[in-house]
Amino acid sequence: MFKRRLMVAAAAVALTSLSLTACGGGSGGSANNKAGGKVDSLTVLDYYTDEPSHSQIADQLSKCGTAIGVAKVNHQSVPGPTLIQKVLQQASSKTLPDVLMLDNPDIQQIAQAGALAPLNDYGIDAKGYAKGPIDAATYQGKLYGLQPGANTLAIFYNKDDLSKAGVKPPTTWAELKAAAKKLTVGKRYGFAFNATADYEGAWQFLPPMWTNGGDETKLTSPQVAGALQLWKDLVDDGSVSKSVVNWKQSDVNDQFIAGKAAMMLNGPWQIPALDKAKINYGVVPFPVNTPGQTSVAPLGGEAWTVPLTGDTAKMQKAAELVKCMNTDANQLLRAKQGGIVPTKLALADQFKKEDPEMAGFVEPVANARARTGKLGPKWPDTAKVIYTGVQLVLTGQASPADAMAKAGASQ
Amino acid sequence: MSEAETLRATRSPQPRSSASEPKRRGLGRRGEEIAKILFVVPAAFAIVVLFGYPVVKNLLMSFQEYTLRTFITGEAPWVGLQNYLTVIKDDLFAKELANTALFTIGSIVGQFVIGMLLALFFHKHFPLNGILRALFLLPWLIPLIVGSAAWRAILEQDSGILNVTLERLGVITEPVPWLTSPDVALIAVILVNIWLGIPFNLTLLYSGLQAIPDELYEAGSLDGATGWKAFWHITWPNLRAVVNVVLMLGVIYTLKVIDLILGLTQGGPANATQTIAIQSYQRSFVEFKFGEGAALSNILIVISLVFAIVYVRANRRQVDE
Repeated sequence: MFKRRLMVAAAAVALTSLSLTACGGGSGGSANNKAGGKVDSLTVLDYYTDEPSHSQIADQLSKCGTAIGVAKVNHQSVPGPTLIQKVLQQASSKTLPDVLMLDNPDIQQIAQAGALAPLNDYGIDAKGYAKGPIDAATYQGKLYGLQPGANTLAIFYNKDDLSKAGVKPPTTWAELKAAAKKLTVGKRYGFAFNATADYEGAWQFLPPMWTNGGDETKLTSPQVAGALQLWKDLVDDGSVSKSVVNWKQSDVNDQFIAGKAAMMLNGPWQIPALDKAKINYGVVPFPVNTPGQTSVAPLGGEAWTVPLTGDTAKMQKAAELVKCMNTDANQLLRAKQGGIVPTKLALADQFKKEDPEMAGFVEPVANARARTGKLGPKWPDTAKVIYTGVQLVLTGQASPADAMAKAGASQ
Repeated sequence: MSEAETLRATRSPQPRSSASEPKRRGLGRRGEEIAKILFVVPAAFAIVVLFGYPVVKNLLMSFQEYTLRTFITGEAPWVGLQNYLTVIKDDLFAKELANTALFTIGSIVGQFVIGMLLALFFHKHFPLNGILRALFLLPWLIPLIVGSAAWRAILEQDSGILNVTLERLGVITEPVPWLTSPDVALIAVILVNIWLGIPFNLTLLYSGLQAIPDELYEAGSLDGATGWKAFWHITWPNLRAVVNVVLMLGVIYTLKVIDLILGLTQGGPANATQTIAIQSYQRSFVEFKFGEGAALSNILIVISLVFAIVYVRANRRQVDE
């Protein structure tokens, strides 16, 4: 009898503690009641864990806080790959930050899930911004994020290698292939890109795919097959290492710095490392297949968003903070600090003057296309088909014409 | 009679419990019962919270449409067996299953055979035995993420040290596409996992060998059981319990390996190293289809359970004998 009672008690203890863990951190929800009161602090979450970016962003945030009359801005950063998981934990425990930074292809998925407030509700729009950042942040006609700066992919080339070989930076695919072939000498490959089995590999295939008129809603088209053929030709004739199926963008950069690749497809975030290694490099947009095509590269970069926390006073202030992080002055400052290009088109000329090193990226960013522009939250599924298709072709498991179908494209 | 034996002999006539008798009376029978249960409560609590809850949650999740949205709205509609059907009907499922089997069997056979040979080798007495044995434990001490990054560099096709060495030695003329060819990648991943698992096998089997009394070998040698015969008739039967544990734990550890494969190939090239564990991870934490990820991990749990039951059965029979 006694034993049974004790068991019941133990079970009760176990259950209560279970429910406690289940809503652990739920106390954050009490903040909801403060609606309408004065806002003295805001929390911000991003993935700028690396210095100097972390301090630079923190500084900009606290200055914006002062400007909008919020005494304290709590700036937290978590490593990039864990941001979404962190957001999910916070969402389930009702402890979302007041301002949240998101990588642009994630915005629509998070907006679809119902975690974000439309910025239009706070009188914010994206007039004068490049098309890519607007497309990425717009879900069902509403704007959910404002992106102060953007990056994209372009071709980096080693000026010394090219001038020694008498090769000009390529402007067409034929020139790219010829240049890569000519630059392949001894242990040095002519060109390098990333074709890993992840979203990075899909993102790196977008320049040839989009430039050739391929479309993510119809992956079995001849245009996409043509782009796959380019990747295959480069690897097949030995101008590009077979190892690209296993190279992340950082590995590609390492190869370039080590002199084992004369050209590479990469982004401006590699510039600090290249400068540090004293590489004499130039940047050109990704070449076109046939004259008359426009070089189209994917839009990179992050946007500031306002999560639905339920605290209306704080959300109002959070929107003001997002707006402040996107003023002309702050866009230019962040662009110069962080190796990105301002997303307001009117700032382009001034930026080119102030930061000539980045000039090669201004035009590609203005034309950059958002990965989620057409597919919205369905992008991740398509990205998986793209990187699998690329890997099937590069490892000889499928022809460029069949690869995407074999990788699961059902269109 | 040794000193200890004398002591034991002089003490044994006394009832051993007599010393604690007064204490027991103080607590009372019922008190002691409570005390007994209280000792079990923390363990029971830990099992329920840390083990029971996740398993049950995972099981429930696999019958729900559990996505990004669930975390925000709390809605996770029941979908019955839909998640299981989705993952099983996937074109890749057969390949994942085959790869999981190849990866597990290959790793276990390699780890066990090499671990066994090394254990037998170190069981002999020779100088520097201890230092060498300690060196063999190194793979265990290296964090997996570091180990896989190092192996990725070693297995690099163009300038990796393995290919360069093999070429210099004249073993190969063309670089081996360790991680870049779909035909070779799974083998490379298995080889690295074997390297990783040798210390575990070596350590357990070595300690098992040491527990076998030397007298058995002495007696055996009188009957002509030396070398291979000694191994077969003395070592192997006496080591069987340890072997069971090693193989059983090895299978369970290997079935769920993800970090190593993610570090080396991300499941590529062209899905050549996709296993059920990798798919489960990718569906859950890359694609945020938690229901499907849970379904796959439940399939893995069932497979592990089969091995666990076989193991328990085998051991029970041994005890009965």
